Amino acid sequence: MHIIVCVKQVQDWDIPPSSFKIDEATKVVTPPAGVAPVPSQFDTIGVEAAMRLKDNDPDAKVTIMSMGPEGARDVIKHSLAMGADEGLLLTDPLFEDLDWYQVALVLSAAVKKAEDANLVICGRQAVDWDMGVSGSGIAELLDWPALTICKDVQVSDGTLSVERVLMDGYETVEAALPAVVTVSNELGEPRYPKLQQIMQAAKKQVTVWSAADLGLDASQLGADARKLTLERLYVPVSDVECLIMEGDTPEEKAQNLAKALAEAKLI
Amino acid sequence: MAHAILVVGEVADGALAPITAEMLGAARRLSDGGTVGCALIGSGVQANAQDAIALGADEVLVVDDAQLADYNTDTYLQAMLAVNEQAAAPIALFGQTDMGRDLAPRLAFRLGTGVIMDTVELAIEGGRLHATRPCYGGNARAVNAVQSDPQIATVRAKSQDPAEADASRQGQTTAVAVAIDSAAVRVKVTDRQGAAAEGVRLEDADIVIAGGRGIGGPEQFDVIEELAGVLGAAIGASRAVCDLDWRPVAEQIGLTGKIVSPTLYIAVAISGASQHTAGCSGAKNIVAINKDPDANIFKTSRFGIVEDFNKVMKPLIEAVKKERGG
Ligand SMILES: Cc1cc2nc3c(=O)[nH]c(=O)nc-3n(C[C@H](O)[C@H](O)[C@H](O)COP(=O)(O)OP(=O)(O)OC[C@H]3O[C@@H](n4cnc5c(N)ncnc54)[C@H](O)[C@@H]3O)c2cc1C
Ligand SMILES: Nc1ncnc2c1ncn2[C@@H]1O[C@H](COP(=O)(O)O)[C@@H](O)[C@H]1O
Repeated sequence: MHIIVCVKQVQDWDIPPSSFKIDEATKVVTPPAGVAPVPSQFDTIGVEAAMRLKDNDPDAKVTIMSMGPEGARDVIKHSLAMGADEGLLLTDPLFEDLDWYQVALVLSAAVKKAEDANLVICGRQAVDWDMGVSGSGIAELLDWPALTICKDVQVSDGTLSVERVLMDGYETVEAALPAVVTVSNELGEPRYPKLQQIMQAAKKQVTVWSAADLGLDASQLGADARKLTLERLYVPVSDVECLIMEGDTPEEKAQNLAKALAEAKLI
Repeated sequence: MAHAILVVGEVADGALAPITAEMLGAARRLSDGGTVGCALIGSGVQANAQDAIALGADEVLVVDDAQLADYNTDTYLQAMLAVNEQAAAPIALFGQTDMGRDLAPRLAFRLGTGVIMDTVELAIEGGRLHATRPCYGGNARAVNAVQSDPQIATVRAKSQDPAEADASRQGQTTAVAVAIDSAAVRVKVTDRQGAAAEGVRLEDADIVIAGGRGIGGPEQFDVIEELAGVLGAAIGASRAVCDLDWRPVAEQIGLTGKIVSPTLYIAVAISGASQHTAGCSGAKNIVAINKDPDANIFKTSRFGIVEDFNKVMKPLIEAVKKERGG
């Protein structure tokens, strides 16, 4: 089994809302100064899912694939330190401003080029744009099944068995490999790399592929080929004023709240 | 019949799902005199066609097949492809539901078109659908447009005003024949476990009381349960709480959980991260109880108490009982 985990590098989401900034004119998010980008949250969970499969099947090979700038090497390194075998960095000026169709085109082309890959793991959604389509897109372009939003991923004898998270419960779904799986946080916490693993990760191989390596060009990846356009990007404003309950004791505050709720006919 | 907009409806427990009524409301508003089609895929869904017409559909395209009793990406995709061809609509709307978030992207990529997920505002500008969606965990809003047809979007629950049902409305019901190709069905659903919800359903509740990580443990939720009992409220939780297994995942409110829009939402020991408030910002009134005066939750709340929740919950329960004359 050769598992490819798709890990996207994103802006750190764990910043105070006040330091979240947008340049409306250029429609881009301005990264907060001094805060390093991180692997997208659900993608680290994808690495964990792959490592659990490798725990049960030491012959399994786990490749971490990231498309992004040269700096995306950092998220590959982090994932390699979790125990993955190899890295694959897809970087090219043509990859800089893609829509989701184009992203899936690039990622699926790389999976094809990797030849023996038979399981692709993605996050349920990248935590920058929160779109949640790339896993299904890669599957469709490869003509593989996709099992989305999973909290448990098992493979035995070439058959994949997952638990998909539903709004009210979960379902067990099976498919034969090759397949794409997307994972959710219910899978559990990702393992934390040990110091020794971090040192080993520095020596692991990271292959770099460009658009040309994947047989793709500007006619497919240019702005004109975008199916989705961004018309506007802004920060929503809230106009709610919060009335903080007065009171010398917790009891008084509680009573004042109950009174305020009753006056507003809310209870 | 070619339509201006196709709404992909859903039936749950024998009735049209609320999101379908909401999307039909939006489609009527957006269609500008054009006709609205509504797809109903499932087993026994023919029975719901008239309800969809009453809510604004001009034609209901029904794929009623015992093999479609439960959602399966591969069988539903085949049904959707047939319906899409027949409806020939330049816009197709799905709910941001278990089905929509799996099927809409799959259909879009199969048709070689774009898809906009989890939208909260819809408008037509220059003949294209412009859809607004929260992104960056709710910190930002993006307005996207799809430049190829069909323009596919999923719609977040409670974001659109549902159409008023008019039982006298006339429309057409068309059965769409689909011979499911079993060779193209590669995934098999072997088991489905529902989370048995006790008491009031979270999505329908008029009052929701939600607890966060600051509650400190599963047992400490007893005061939340007690207040919920007094108010007839449903219980919700932050993701932190569900990740810790203090409460079931089905109670999670937020971006990747449930979207609620009750009249009153009481957030106890919840910091108010944007990904959490994404799920409750539709509430008419938010009340926050948090010991940190700078907690983000106060920024979206109408009333607040800055205090250790352990000290206020019991007196609050008593005071609420008194106000209600109990
Ligand atoms: C892509 C993505 C999706 C996400 N989706 C969701 C989602 O759907 N839903 C969701 O909820 N989160 C979601 N999150 C997580 C979210 O960012 C927060 O981490 C989470 O909501 C925090 O939960 P919390 O407020 O309960 O915990 P904390 O952030 O730990 O806050 C605890 C709060 O309790 C207060 N407190 C502590 N003790 C007391 C006390 N004794 N009395 C009163 N107050 C007290 C503290 O002051 C603090 O404000 C998502 C994150 C990402 C990146
Ligand atoms: N640039 C990228 N590099 C690697 N993986 C990606 C990239 N973009 C998206 N993905 C994968 O696709 C998933 C869903 O992304 P999205 O559809 O953008 O929400 C992510 O969680 C990743 O696993």
